[in-house]
Amino acid sequence: MTAKYAAVKPKRVKMRGENVTVFYGNKQALHGVTLDIAANKVTALIGPSGCGKSTFLRCLNRMNDTIEGARVEGIITLDGEDIYAPDIDVVELRARVGMVFQRPNPFPKSIYDNVAYGPRIHGLTKNKAELDEIVEKSLKSAGLFDEVKDRLHDAGTGLSGGQQQRLCIARAIAVSPEVILMDEPCSALDPIATARIEELIDDLRKNYTIAIVTHSMQQAARVSQYTAMFHLGSLVEMGETKIIFTSPKEQRTQDYITGRFG
Amino acid sequence: MSEGAGIEKNTPGGGAQAAALAAVTEEEPAGKRRDIGLKRRYRAEKRFRFYGIAAIIFGLFFLVSLLWSIFAHGFGAFWQTTITLPVVLEAQVIDPDNRLAAEPQSVSDPHFLAMIDYPLLLRRALAQKLGVAADNRAAMREIGQLISPSARGQMRRFLGANPRTIGTVQTIRFLASANVDAAFKGQINFSLPQDKRRISDRQRQWITLLGKEGLLHKSFNTGLFTLAASANAESSGLAVALIGSFYIMLIVLVLALPIGVVTAIYLEEYAGKNSFTDMIEVNINNLAAVPSIVFGILGLSVFINFFGLPRSASLVGGLVLSLMTLPTIIIAARVALQAVPSSIRAAALGLGASRTQTVFHHVLPLAAPGILTGTIIGLARALGETAPLLLIGMVAFIANYPVSPLDPATALPVQIYMWAGEAERSFVERSSAAIIVLLAFLTLMNVTAVFLRRRFEKRQ
Repeated sequence: MTAKYAAVKPKRVKMRGENVTVFYGNKQALHGVTLDIAANKVTALIGPSGCGKSTFLRCLNRMNDTIEGARVEGIITLDGEDIYAPDIDVVELRARVGMVFQRPNPFPKSIYDNVAYGPRIHGLTKNKAELDEIVEKSLKSAGLFDEVKDRLHDAGTGLSGGQQQRLCIARAIAVSPEVILMDEPCSALDPIATARIEELIDDLRKNYTIAIVTHSMQQAARVSQYTAMFHLGSLVEMGETKIIFTSPKEQRTQDYITGRFG
Repeated sequence: MSEGAGIEKNTPGGGAQAAALAAVTEEEPAGKRRDIGLKRRYRAEKRFRFYGIAAIIFGLFFLVSLLWSIFAHGFGAFWQTTITLPVVLEAQVIDPDNRLAAEPQSVSDPHFLAMIDYPLLLRRALAQKLGVAADNRAAMREIGQLISPSARGQMRRFLGANPRTIGTVQTIRFLASANVDAAFKGQINFSLPQDKRRISDRQRQWITLLGKEGLLHKSFNTGLFTLAASANAESSGLAVALIGSFYIMLIVLVLALPIGVVTAIYLEEYAGKNSFTDMIEVNINNLAAVPSIVFGILGLSVFINFFGLPRSASLVGGLVLSLMTLPTIIIAARVALQAVPSSIRAAALGLGASRTQTVFHHVLPLAAPGILTGTIIGLARALGETAPLLLIGMVAFIANYPVSPLDPATALPVQIYMWAGEAERSFVERSSAAIIVLLAFLTLMNVTAVFLRRRFEKRQ
């Protein structure tokens, strides 16, 4: 079932998935999804539980490779290059396409070491001064620096849930990725922490391309410029957020948005 | 329900109130309650708790009896009877041919030192103290039986180190014989006729006399830890066994731990899930349950017969026990690795860490406490294994201290086995003492394992 959104194509495309099909063992999770992720914009992926939005997100940084029995077909490109090409290093890909997960998962190390880990392993800095600078800049971008500047060497796991998630965002930013993928980043957080992160996402848009999976339509409406609606492993509709939420073309989109299902 | 009943009891007007309330709200009046089998359930619970406590007491009883028996039997071996006497180092006895006058350097000649009649010097010293004439052959023979044969070697070493003491009087402290030790510890049945016991009446009197004067007393038996095997119980010790066990533990640690951990990491983090890896997993689990004596046979045929390694060497013992401990460590390491939450791996991979970086920077540090605990428990088990060591020949009488792992040695549990098989009472006592030493090491290792695990858990 292909969607009829072809008329809506973002001007600058950062990542593109063409006919993406994913199997987990014998179970098919995605059915030929074709979707563009716009550069320097926030694209929200919405849909009821189990519709394949997280699966699609995970294809973009090849995290599905780590799942036993997962098979990905189709072409996914970053800046026009096929990310599944044999000469592409998946480690390098993940340095360009970062990810923030549903439940905050800081390393059991200090706040400083959490943020510094990425730059360290990729050799992005020459000395400690540069590393300190990157850590400070990333924490500031994530809106966490003021709260933790006096305790950078305390354990990252000692922060509150919202702070931990911002730490994970800072950690992802520290690697200077081009794309940040967010898989329901606020679902484990309280409304105030959620609001702060939504503000943050809006700020980050200037420098990064963001794709966010969310099960909250209000969040998608607040935060994104483009929205893609998934259902049962297929892409139903994709377009500018304000159009999707006011006058969607597909009946299923309309039904989901008005709460008929999901 | 019970709260309602309580309120009724406490407030005098409460009963009327409750009844009035019940009438208004159409509840069942208090007092008419469903039977949900409370009495039966609480009775069953009490019964079960009783069974639990009874089981614990039962188990504890046996444990305490076992420990009590071991301690009662073995405690005595930590103290050994010694005799302290001034001994005249008569030049006439030491150098009857007056060789030293002509060749003074022969005092360091081992052959010369070995030929000296040391027991005679000690007998004379004792005889003088006990008021026995030197020409009373029967008495002198009985006096000689009071002295441990190990005193000979002790005197030889003393003279070799201090040659200038020839002709002087030196105070020497030497071991009494095993029979004297037994008598002094009250282990000899003196109601038996004289020819049926190992200590005669006369010897008994001497012992009492020397004891009263403080010349014969028990002192802490450091020899138990420093002496090698000996035909005489009083001068035999665990030194060879301790060195052998130490080498074995070291080899097991150096071999089984790295190989086991790396294997577990590979199987858990790198290998795919197919029928081949399933087969490997099944085989590892089976190997962990193989009786240890089978590893002994393996060690005999492969290490000794095929590779030609020396028999009774702690190297072979270490290799055999490494093979035996390997499955245990692999299983413990895999469990520890599996316990690391996959969110940590996802976080590291998402940042662009390679699989190796993810494993060594994040997964392994979190799995380390579990791996450590499993290793210590595996080592503790290897420390107490006897059967495989018997088969590779670490069950010999070894009088020389092993210097390298290639020298013949024995191990602590095997030494217990050897001593327990001796007829002499003093050896059996030592066997229990060796058990106490082994239990002390095992307890120490297990307590360390528990302590380390708690400490790491607290840190996380």
